[in-house]
Amino acid sequence: MATMRYREALGEALREEMRRDERVFLMGEDIGVFGGAFKVTEGLLEEFGERRVRDTPISENTIVGMGVGAAMTGMRPVVELMTINFALLAFDQIVNHAAHIHYMFGGQARVPMVVRMPQGAGHQLGPTHSHCLEAMFLQVPGLLVAVPSTAADAKGLLKSAIRDENPVVFIEHESLYGERGEVPEAPTDHLVEFGRAAVRRQGSDVTVVGISRQARTAETAAEVLEREHGVDAEVIDPRTLRPLDLGTILASVAKTGRLVIVEEGWPHGGVGANLAALVAEQAFDSLDAPIQRVSGADVPMPYSKALEDVAYPHTRQVVEAALRALSEAPKVPAG
Amino acid sequence: MATMLLIRRFEERAGEMYARAKVGGFLHLAIGEEAAIVGSARALHEHDYLVSTYRSHGHALVRGTAPGRVMAELFGRVDGCSRGRGGSMHMFDGQRRFMGGYGIVGGNLPIAAGIALASKLKNADEVTLCTLGDGACNQGTFSETMNLAALWGLPIVFLVTNNQFGMGTSLERHSAVTELRSRGEGFGVPGWRCDGMDVADTHRVVDHAVRMARNDHRPILVEAITYRYRGHSMADPERYRTKEQVAQWRKRDPLDTFRSRLQSEGILDDDRYEALDDAARLQVEEAVQFADESPFPAPGSLYEDVYVLGDQVSGQYSFGTPQSPGDGDEQPPTEASAGEIPQQITAALQEADDASWQGAGGEPEQVEA
Ligand SMILES: Cc1ncc(C[n+]2csc(CCOP(=O)(O)OP(=O)(O)O)c2C)c(N)n1
Ligand SMILES: [Mg+2]
Repeated sequence: MATMRYREALGEALREEMRRDERVFLMGEDIGVFGGAFKVTEGLLEEFGERRVRDTPISENTIVGMGVGAAMTGMRPVVELMTINFALLAFDQIVNHAAHIHYMFGGQARVPMVVRMPQGAGHQLGPTHSHCLEAMFLQVPGLLVAVPSTAADAKGLLKSAIRDENPVVFIEHESLYGERGEVPEAPTDHLVEFGRAAVRRQGSDVTVVGISRQARTAETAAEVLEREHGVDAEVIDPRTLRPLDLGTILASVAKTGRLVIVEEGWPHGGVGANLAALVAEQAFDSLDAPIQRVSGADVPMPYSKALEDVAYPHTRQVVEAALRALSEAPKVPAG
Repeated sequence: MATMLLIRRFEERAGEMYARAKVGGFLHLAIGEEAAIVGSARALHEHDYLVSTYRSHGHALVRGTAPGRVMAELFGRVDGCSRGRGGSMHMFDGQRRFMGGYGIVGGNLPIAAGIALASKLKNADEVTLCTLGDGACNQGTFSETMNLAALWGLPIVFLVTNNQFGMGTSLERHSAVTELRSRGEGFGVPGWRCDGMDVADTHRVVDHAVRMARNDHRPILVEAITYRYRGHSMADPERYRTKEQVAQWRKRDPLDTFRSRLQSEGILDDDRYEALDDAARLQVEEAVQFADESPFPAPGSLYEDVYVLGDQVSGQYSFGTPQSPGDGDEQPPTEASAGEIPQQITAALQEADDASWQGAGGEPEQVEA
C-alpha cells in the first residue's frame, strides 16, 4: 500500500498496464509534452516515448474514432478527453461506433478501448466545461461506465477497464484528482472488478447511494447524520454504472427501507431517476418512504461562484434528504 | 493605439485579479495578440458581426463593451456582460454585435457561418468576422464550415490567430500543413497572411478581406501570425517552450512596434503615449472598481434564463421553478411543485449564502482544460 493522489493512482494504472501489455497505447490532447491537462499522464511520455504516448490535435471525434479502429485490429488504446463536455464532440464515435460495432457486426468485431474523461463542477469552469454527464453514457447499450471516487478504485478500475474486451467510458472527477488514498502497489496486481459496489459505511437506518464524487459527499453526510441526528446511514458507491451492482443496493434497501440517491448530474433522466425506477420496480415492498433524489440543479452550470455553489449537491442537501426519508414512519408489518 | 493599450492593461490587471482570487475558473489572456484583435475587428462596420473564442476579453473591448462589464463578468457579478453566467470564456454583447466567445474549440465556426447565412438570407449588408486559433483548424467543424461557407457564398472572414500553440502543443506538432493560410483553399476559401504583431498590416489585410466578403459574398481566411506571451491559461508551467523564444517574440511587441512607427511618423510623441497609457490604466482601474461594487447574482436567480418563458407555457419545463420570473410580461411556469427536487433546491437557495461544501475534493487542483 502507498498513499497517493487519485491522479497518481490513475497514472500508475496506465504505467503498469503499458508495461504489462505492449498493445496498450495512449492518445489525447496535451497528454505528452504538456504532461496532461490534469497531469494524469505525467512522466509517461518519458518512459514510453512518442510511439505509445501520442499528443493529438484538437479533434475529439477523430481521435476516439481512431481508437475504435485500432482496438478493432488488436490494439488497446486509451484515449484521454480533457473534459466530459468535449466527449460530446466524440459522441458519434462513442455511441454510433464504439458501442455498437460488436453487436452490429454480429459479434465478429470487438472494441476493447477506454475513453477517459473528467467531469464535475466546483472550479467555476462554466457552462462548457463543468457538467456531469454519466447518465448520457449510462443509457447506451454496449458501453461500460466507470465512475471511481477513490484513488484505489481509480487505479483498480482503470486497470480492469484496459483489460476488458468492451469499450469503457471511464469518468473521473476533477475535484478528486488531488485527493489522497491508500492504493495497493506493484507487485500486487490491483484490479477492481466492474459491477461490484463498495459499501463505504455500514448502517441500518437509511441507504445513501452516491455517484462519482457524490459518494464522498454521501460519506461526509453520513458522519453528520450520526453526529448530529443519531441516524445510522449505510453508504454505497456503485463504482460502475454499467454493469450495475443492483443486488448490493437492493439488499441494503431491504435492511433500511429508505433510499437516498445522490448525483451531480441533471435530475431529468439522471442516474438517480434510473436507479429509483429499478428499486421501485424490484423492491417496492422494501420501501418505507418515497425514494429521495439529490441531484445537480436543472440548469447549465453557471460560472459565478454564487450560482455554481447552489447548482450541485453539498453535504447539507444529502443530510436533509436522508432526514426527509426518515420522516415517514416505518411500515407496520401486515398482521 | 488606445484600444491596444486598453486591452494590454486590462489583461494584466485581470491576471492580477485572478491571483487575488477575484476571478475564478480558466482565464486565458491575449497579451501579445492585441494587434491581431484590434487590427482585424477595426475592419468591421458597426453592424457587422464578430464571433470569437474563449480568449475574448479583447474582442469585447474592441467592440466597445464597457471594460467594467467585462471585468464584472470575470468577477462573476450581475453586471457582467453575460450576467456572471459565462465567465472569462463566454463573453457576449449582442448590442454591439459581438456574438460571443465560445469555450468549445471549433464550436464557434458553424455559428459564425450561420450568422453569415442569416445576413445573406436577409439581404443585409453584413459581414461576419470569426476568430479561431491555430489549434482549432484541426477540428472537424473547420473543414465542414469552410466547405459550406464557400459552397453557399457566405460573407464571412475567418481570422486564424496563429499564436504558434494550441495549449501546449506547438503548430508543427499539431498540423501537418503549418501554413494555415492554405488550409481553406482546398475548399474554395482563399487564404491570406498578415503580420499579427503589426496592427497596421493586420488591418490592411483584414480590411481587404472584409470588403471582398461584403461585395463578392464569399468567404476569405486570413492567418495572423502572432504569439501569446503568457501561459495558455493561468496555470500553465510552459514546459513546451523556452524563455528565449518568448523573449524573441517580445522584441516584436505589437504595442512597441506601433508606438515607434507612430513616433517616427511624428504622430505620437512620448507625452501623448504616456497620456494614452494613463487613460487606459485609469479605465481599467474604474473597471475593477465597477466590478467590485457589482453584486453577485442572487442564488434565487439560478433558474432564470434556462428557457424563454412565453405566455404559452404549460407542462413542466424543468425541475425547480424560477425564483423571480422577471418583471416583464413573462409568465411564470404554470405547473405546481415538481416534487422533492425543488424542495431541496429551494432549501439550498435559501441558505446559499453560507453554503459550505464539506464534500470530497477540496483544493482546486485543476491545471487546465
Ligand atoms: C472541443 C475542445 N477540446 C479541447 C478544449 C481544451 N482547449 C481549450 S483551448 C485549447 C487550445 C486551443 O488552441 P488554439 O485553437 O490555437 O487557440 P489559442 O488557445 O492558442 O488561442 C484546448 C485544447 C476545448 N476547450 N474544447
Ligand atoms: Mg493557438
